[in-house]
Amino acid sequence: MSDQPSAFAAALNLVLTLDPQLGEIVALSLRVTLSAVAVACVIGLPIGAALALYRFPGRQVVAVVIAALMGLPPVVAGLFIYLLLSRSGPLGDWGLLFTPTAMVIAQTLLVLPIIITLTRQVVEDLWAEVGEQLRSLGSSRARAIPTLLWDGRLSLLSGVLAGFGRASAEVGAVLIVGGNIAGVTRTMTTAIALETSRGDLPLALGLGLVLIALTIALTASAHVIGAFSRRLGV
Amino acid sequence: MVNRLFAALFACLIALPAVAQERFITVASTTSTEQSGLFTHLLPKFTEATGIEVRVVAVGTGQALRLGENGDADVVFVHDTASEEKFIAAGFGVDRKPVMYNDFVLVGPANDPAKVKGGQDISKALAVIAKAEAPFASRGDDSGTHKAEQRLWKDAALTPAAPWYRETGSGMGPTLNTAAAMGAYALTDRGTWLNFKNRQGLEIVVEGDRRLANPYGVILVNPARHAHVKEADARAFMDWLTGPAGQGAITSYTINGEQLFFPDAHAAN
Amino acid sequence: MRAEPSILPLSLKGVGFRHGGQTLLTGVDLTVRAGALTIILGPNGAGKSLLLRLAHGLLEPTEGAVEWAFEAPRRRHAMVFQKPVLLRRSTLANVTHALALAGTPRAQRVAEAVAALDRVGLAGLADRPARVLSGGEQQRLALARATASRPDVLFLDEPCAALDPAATRAIEEIVHALHAGGTAIVMTTHDLGQARRLARDVVFLNRGRVVESAPAEDFFAAPQSPQAVAFLNGDLVW
Repeated sequence: MSDQPSAFAAALNLVLTLDPQLGEIVALSLRVTLSAVAVACVIGLPIGAALALYRFPGRQVVAVVIAALMGLPPVVAGLFIYLLLSRSGPLGDWGLLFTPTAMVIAQTLLVLPIIITLTRQVVEDLWAEVGEQLRSLGSSRARAIPTLLWDGRLSLLSGVLAGFGRASAEVGAVLIVGGNIAGVTRTMTTAIALETSRGDLPLALGLGLVLIALTIALTASAHVIGAFSRRLGV
Repeated sequence: MVNRLFAALFACLIALPAVAQERFITVASTTSTEQSGLFTHLLPKFTEATGIEVRVVAVGTGQALRLGENGDADVVFVHDTASEEKFIAAGFGVDRKPVMYNDFVLVGPANDPAKVKGGQDISKALAVIAKAEAPFASRGDDSGTHKAEQRLWKDAALTPAAPWYRETGSGMGPTLNTAAAMGAYALTDRGTWLNFKNRQGLEIVVEGDRRLANPYGVILVNPARHAHVKEADARAFMDWLTGPAGQGAITSYTINGEQLFFPDAHAAN
Repeated sequence: MRAEPSILPLSLKGVGFRHGGQTLLTGVDLTVRAGALTIILGPNGAGKSLLLRLAHGLLEPTEGAVEWAFEAPRRRHAMVFQKPVLLRRSTLANVTHALALAGTPRAQRVAEAVAALDRVGLAGLADRPARVLSGGEQQRLALARATASRPDVLFLDEPCAALDPAATRAIEEIVHALHAGGTAIVMTTHDLGQARRLARDVVFLNRGRVVESAPAEDFFAAPQSPQAVAFLNGDLVW
């Protein structure tokens, strides 16, 4: 495509001139996705740990269903949240549709199954390793949850990164519940979708490159922290 | 230590902007209207005059009307008169005002396999294309453009079908992308076409037929049905749009020097 | 010495354990009194580790009962395993965590933890990540952690099996010191030399049963059962 050199040029130009519109879009994308990941961690880490430690009837079914939800199509999640938040829906009075908050809710729904499933696996393995010792020290399973989560923090980081990757890459959910409103709910992915459908491929490509660069930067720094910690044995 | 850093970072990022402090209305409109760039030109003028922000959710016509039905928008601004009238008849909207019109054009590949270029009769052109079974890309997404296209086929007493007639199920831009890549004909609104950068040899082959005119209307979502609709501000928008300021702004919007939309509200001029 | 009453004596009455259709332990009668230093001896597979876990409450016996003097609100007995299991945090933090679990008020934890590390000679390594310590140091940390809240009884399951002679000696000295300080010791080992060095009482286990139980001097000087005789000779025991 003869457009390619100009795509890189367009992208570079946007970044180097610190284009304010681009900055606004990037900031919103990060805020929405990181918030969703944070909420998913607050909810999902304890649930994943509990799922690993407690035996109850139907436990395997719950674990399998949640793992399956890791593949929930973003558009479906978006549609579901739209039906909830629409003025004609049960939570319509909250007036959350077409706001960043709605986008956070939708993305949390996408990230949560990943956090829960990966936490469950990490905590299960850890409990097998240190469970007897913790019980010897007098720890109940409930008391062990924060201990195990902290002890497994490096492995859990991979789960968190996977969740971040899923949320930052998706467009279906945020498009439906956010409405892609300029300056309010337009994120990197919805902006790319818009520019592509406008036929402005160089700009879309440029935005895409920025998105990839951001994702690589975040993933790399988490990776470095993990490797650093491991080397120190911390 | 590292953990406190992360905690602080999260705290900053979670603080989402306090939405809904400003005064705003939500307008459900279509992707083709947004992609024409009209809103970027028009809306700041309205906000400057009234202090009301306009948030446009741009989707297909069908979905825009659905948003109006559900009360998720205050105003609906689309271009499919038949659907609009059904919308009002069902009690979902009140006070439709005509705003403007633009036109559709038929675009096609440079090599023009059906030899329709230069024509001014859309029915004839479609008939030739159907007979030649030349590839045709349709939006197939229930949008205003798609419905207009279907009406044109119907009026020409034709029933297009696969394999030469391909429904992409997507917006105007993506459909044009597909047409360009496939060397197919397509019906598009002039606005999207003028903004479309990925032409790859596509060009206008038929234009100017009166049947290709595309009228836009603005409708207030029925406040009797949805009490939360911001009626006063929404009416302010509709009045401005159909008043001299709005109509003037519409006229002044050009792409490469070409006017795209033509004012239609009779209150003007 | 603790001000509160001791949870000893510990009595195992007819304790047994079945699993997967197999009887792994049966008919065990054992009493541990204050001041005890009991070594549980026996060949591999005799059920020594299992017995310790039953006494420590990590497993429920399928027959018989494990009884303490009274049910203390907090666990007043601890265990050190053959392979030290440490958390991914500093040496000191491993001990303060144990103190937290034992109910020590937050304000006192660091001081008591430092004291515990000092007793095992690890005070200088308090800030080191626990996982980078050597095998011997890790086992000493496990000891510090287990005894930080001054339990009445300490169970040790072959604590020196993976350690070199120098580290082994260090552990044995700590065990001696703990015993002198009033902690009852119940320890398993397959190292006869260690048993001779440490034991006051010996319980000899073979194939899930207590074959012989006697004061150390008597056991080593004149073992009563043929299995014990064979074991002390270094022969294989059936």
